[in-house]
Amino acid sequence: MDKAALPILDIRDVSKTFSLQGQRIDALRGASLTIKRGEFICIIGASGCGKSTLLRIVAGFETATSGEILMWGKPVAGPMPSRGMVFQDYGLFPWLSVRGNIAFGPTSRKRPKAEIRDTVERYVELVGLQRFADAYPHQLSGGMKQRVAIARVLANEAEVVLMDEPFGALDAMTRERLQAELLELWQRTGLTVIFVTHSIEEAIVLADRIVVMSPGPGRIDSVHAVTLPRPRDVADHDFSDVRRMIGRQLHSHLAPKVA
Amino acid sequence: MTLAADPLAPAIPRGQNLAARLKTPALALILPVIFLAGWHLATAGRPYSLIPPPADVWTAMQDFAVGGINDDAFSATLLTHLVASLSRVFGGFALATLLALPLGMLIGRVPLAQRLFDPTLQFLRPVPVTAWLPLSMILFGLGPRSAYFLVFLGAFYPVLFNTIFGVRSVEPRLFEAAAMLGCGPRAQFSRVVLPAALPSIFTGLRLGLGFAWVVIVVGEMTGVQTGLGAVIMEARQLSRTDLVICGMLVIGIAGYLSDRALMLIGRRLLAWSPTHG
Ligand SMILES: Nc1ncnc2c1ncn2[C@@H]1O[C@H](COP(=O)(O)OP(=O)(O)OP(=O)(O)O)[C@@H](O)[C@H]1O
Ligand SMILES: [Mg+2]
Repeated sequence: MDKAALPILDIRDVSKTFSLQGQRIDALRGASLTIKRGEFICIIGASGCGKSTLLRIVAGFETATSGEILMWGKPVAGPMPSRGMVFQDYGLFPWLSVRGNIAFGPTSRKRPKAEIRDTVERYVELVGLQRFADAYPHQLSGGMKQRVAIARVLANEAEVVLMDEPFGALDAMTRERLQAELLELWQRTGLTVIFVTHSIEEAIVLADRIVVMSPGPGRIDSVHAVTLPRPRDVADHDFSDVRRMIGRQLHSHLAPKVA
Repeated sequence: MTLAADPLAPAIPRGQNLAARLKTPALALILPVIFLAGWHLATAGRPYSLIPPPADVWTAMQDFAVGGINDDAFSATLLTHLVASLSRVFGGFALATLLALPLGMLIGRVPLAQRLFDPTLQFLRPVPVTAWLPLSMILFGLGPRSAYFLVFLGAFYPVLFNTIFGVRSVEPRLFEAAAMLGCGPRAQFSRVVLPAALPSIFTGLRLGLGFAWVVIVVGEMTGVQTGLGAVIMEARQLSRTDLVICGMLVIGIAGYLSDRALMLIGRRLLAWSPTHG
């Protein structure tokens, strides 16, 4: 079939059950979502509603208990360079410099040496780490580490970038800057991004569509298209409207428990 | 590390004044000096002392090293014995490392290998190296091969168990990162497991080399003609306590220097580690 006609990712009725000390935990039940190439998806929801689980199944780190995930129409089986993951705790190799971390993927895929060198320099520059190219991860700030993690995935020709609260550990200012950089990168490259966050504002600033998830069992509650023009201003009137709407949606499933 | 003029480089003031730089060695010397003084006061000028005074040991050491004083069987033989011991220590240690490193990585990562080897190794581990002495002499005969074997045994377990520990404590996240970057399980051995376990492997190597020196005396009790252990045993039978002490000193110094050398290599390889670099 023609690639253009297919969604890049098709999440089909995915469920995941963990057993924890003899207890069954429905981490995810019947999640379905179709994602087109180039979309920026944000996932938001209360703690424990299965956001990470869903992302890890898409990445191929976990297998679904039932249901399946198709990428370009083919079932996902295990991690692949085409689906790169950016972890909240960075997951950088501490024994490799910034250059070494970025080169890890292309080296694994046995690219020619000269090509690897060019790729590494290009992505070091892209994330603005020229001055720190030979530094080791423990010598970098959190924001710089996350830039390396992003560069590492992009340098490996990822088509889908999966990000699990990537900016969660960063201060507000660094966070805002990285959001802007990520958006710019995304617009320039045509990447597909799935981005898990706890912040409604972050989701609205970034997303084409916001997926709201709800807990017990974890499931997709609703999907909201965000049509505000970019760049989006938090202080904007329309922004506040969207924020109110998403906020209500997020809290709606909590209401019965509170009452 | 090539971050010389970078603000990232840890701030080590280069031009510290002399007093501050001499402070560490000065502190390190306090105990030996006190000990030496006590030793001297307790033994010097007492003809019936079983332990010779430091000055006598120093004389014996000079004779042992370059000769020209006693002109007996031990004169000017230090280098021969030192080289013999060094070759056994490093030979046995290298053999132990060569075997323990891959085995440790296998046991640490492959459950089948663990179930296969672990029970036997755990059973053999509490057996002290000295207890192997008689058996080793039967198996390998009187001579250097027994010495090699005992040194090998002494170095093997620290390297093995630290390798296993290092390999097991690799952050699971790093395997996920490697996998999603296209590095398969097989390649992960050399590209993730080995470097991640390196700090703990190095701890094992240092312990192993230390043990190699500890057992060298036992190893050279197996009837070899040369080696610092052999010198100590022979000098003991001849009641040459001064020479016994000389042998001890040489072992101490050689062990210390080889540990330093290993540590310098480790520092170079582990420059990335905030706790080792
Ligand atoms: N490996 C596992 N074994 C057992 N239970 C698990 C495992 N991983 C996740 N769970 C459970 O699955 C549920 C969903 O977890 P998940 O990490 O996906 O939530 P989350 O939405 O990412 O939460 P948070 O916002 O706190 O990160 C939780 O109840 C969690 O305890
Ligand atoms: Mg999570």
